Amino acid sequence: MTGFGWALADGWTIARRTLTHWRMQPGLVLFSWFFPVLMLLMFGGLLGGAMDFPEGESYYELLVPGIFALSMLFGLEGTMTAVTQDRDKGVTDRFRSLPMSSTAVVLGRYIADMLDSVVTLIVLAAAGLALGWRWHEGLPAAVAAFGLLLLLRFALLWIGIFIGLTVKNAQSVTMVQVLVWPIGFLSSAFVATSTMPAWLGTIAQWNPLSATATGSRALFGNPDPSATATWIGTHAEIAAIIGPLVLTAVFLPLSAQRYRTLSR
Amino acid sequence: MTTERVIEAVGVRKNYRGGTEGAGLNGFDLEVAAGTVTGLLGPNGAGKTTAVRILSTLLELDSGTAAIAGYDVRRQGAEVRRRIGLVGQYAAIDEILTGRQNLVMFGRLNHLGHAASVRRADDLLERFSLTEAAGQVVSKYSGGMRRRLDLAASLIVAPAVLFVDEPTTGLDPAGRLEVWSAIRQLVDGGTTVLLTTQYLEEADQLANRISMLKAGVVVAEGTPDELKTQLGSDWLDLVLVDPADVQRVVALAGPLADGDIRIVDNRISVPVKDRTKALVVMANSLHEAKIEPEDITLRRPTLDEVFLHLTGPGVAA
Repeated sequence: MTGFGWALADGWTIARRTLTHWRMQPGLVLFSWFFPVLMLLMFGGLLGGAMDFPEGESYYELLVPGIFALSMLFGLEGTMTAVTQDRDKGVTDRFRSLPMSSTAVVLGRYIADMLDSVVTLIVLAAAGLALGWRWHEGLPAAVAAFGLLLLLRFALLWIGIFIGLTVKNAQSVTMVQVLVWPIGFLSSAFVATSTMPAWLGTIAQWNPLSATATGSRALFGNPDPSATATWIGTHAEIAAIIGPLVLTAVFLPLSAQRYRTLSR
Repeated sequence: MTTERVIEAVGVRKNYRGGTEGAGLNGFDLEVAAGTVTGLLGPNGAGKTTAVRILSTLLELDSGTAAIAGYDVRRQGAEVRRRIGLVGQYAAIDEILTGRQNLVMFGRLNHLGHAASVRRADDLLERFSLTEAAGQVVSKYSGGMRRRLDLAASLIVAPAVLFVDEPTTGLDPAGRLEVWSAIRQLVDGGTTVLLTTQYLEEADQLANRISMLKAGVVVAEGTPDELKTQLGSDWLDLVLVDPADVQRVVALAGPLADGDIRIVDNRISVPVKDRTKALVVMANSLHEAKIEPEDITLRRPTLDEVFLHLTGPGVAA
């Protein structure tokens, strides 16, 4: 087998480790898959009644793509926790002392986390459909929208690996988890950014999460009052591609460098 | 492979920026012959783990050279990693998986293929007496069982060198004995082992040769016996029935002493040069003075004494 072939094979072996975790601790992973559904129901119930929508339109049309994007952001925590735990338990050191490329270790994390995100999106989409959310622009556009969401997750993977290798211990991960919430709220995930004070709305619009939420709404054919007036509002799909690519360009080399110079 | 040097480090230096992350090395030298167990002994912060991490390619050295089986750790990392096994300070196994699942995974990552990985896992589980616990989740294992599984995982592909970093730190006495016997088995199988420890007893029990490390430099090297001899004198230990006799006995022992006599309660330790003569003369003097000691013994210095002598504060390296 070639070097690349082995990297793929080893990556798959490492990804299977996570799949085995799911099988050994089904409660944990099921909870993480259904938690976004819980948020969907909670925010739909809490905020949906307080908003004005044209006749026949429901808040879920706006909210479901927002929660899609939010669940990609929350996936970051899973990456971070797994990376930190492996480092602290010495599993990373053992991987590094094996005759396999470091690409395989990252590839394993990547496959496992992307599979996790795909399942999350499927569960969430099923819940959304049950609540009345629909895509209106045909299946190819809907698939493209899911592609935008997974692209965001891909970018967040590198941030997760970088932070996971940088923080001192598992306790610090909790602090980062708390910070994820305001980032999630300060976006177009729950409400149109046009309803916020101008300065806050601008910050929220430039949140990469907003670009993905607004961009995927456009592809699903769901309404989004944020998609007006400003450049970032009208070019959400492009921003939803460029944003994650920029994040990847910054954090992929950073996390690769962290991995090479782990010196605990 | 009879007298071949499997590990060779010359003048290795490593400084951590900021100095808080770990102890550096300041010209570390080490030679390990194939098929031997070398103990790297030193207190916390002496640089033991740093040395192991550099030799196992996990950490880059600043200057000096280090090679495993002739392969440079800096330039031929992949070749080195093919020939080493590493048991770190933390049992590096997946706690959510079972013992067998762990070993099969590491077998596949060593490119054995699935069937061979399963066979190898079962062999190793048997060898480390873990067959019964093979299907159990590792989080339910005792500390000693974890370390044994960790050792097994590092032996999936028989390595030329096995690094074992403080294998019994944090284990209870039973766990320590389990791990010791597992390491002895490896040695019987011909594996070259570099063992770091801060326990003298552990080095004395397991190692053929010991390198004592202080502040990133090897300050003494040799077999346990050589190191004990290096400190010089043997000791004549006397235990008295009546503490009131202590001063009289010290006076009698004075001419024999080759250094300071140590007194703790009714125990007197006299450093002596001429072993047998000292024992005979002391026994006669006590007999004449009509003092009957509870115990009188001649002994080599313990490794503890060598260790304190060499690594204690105020002793130049």
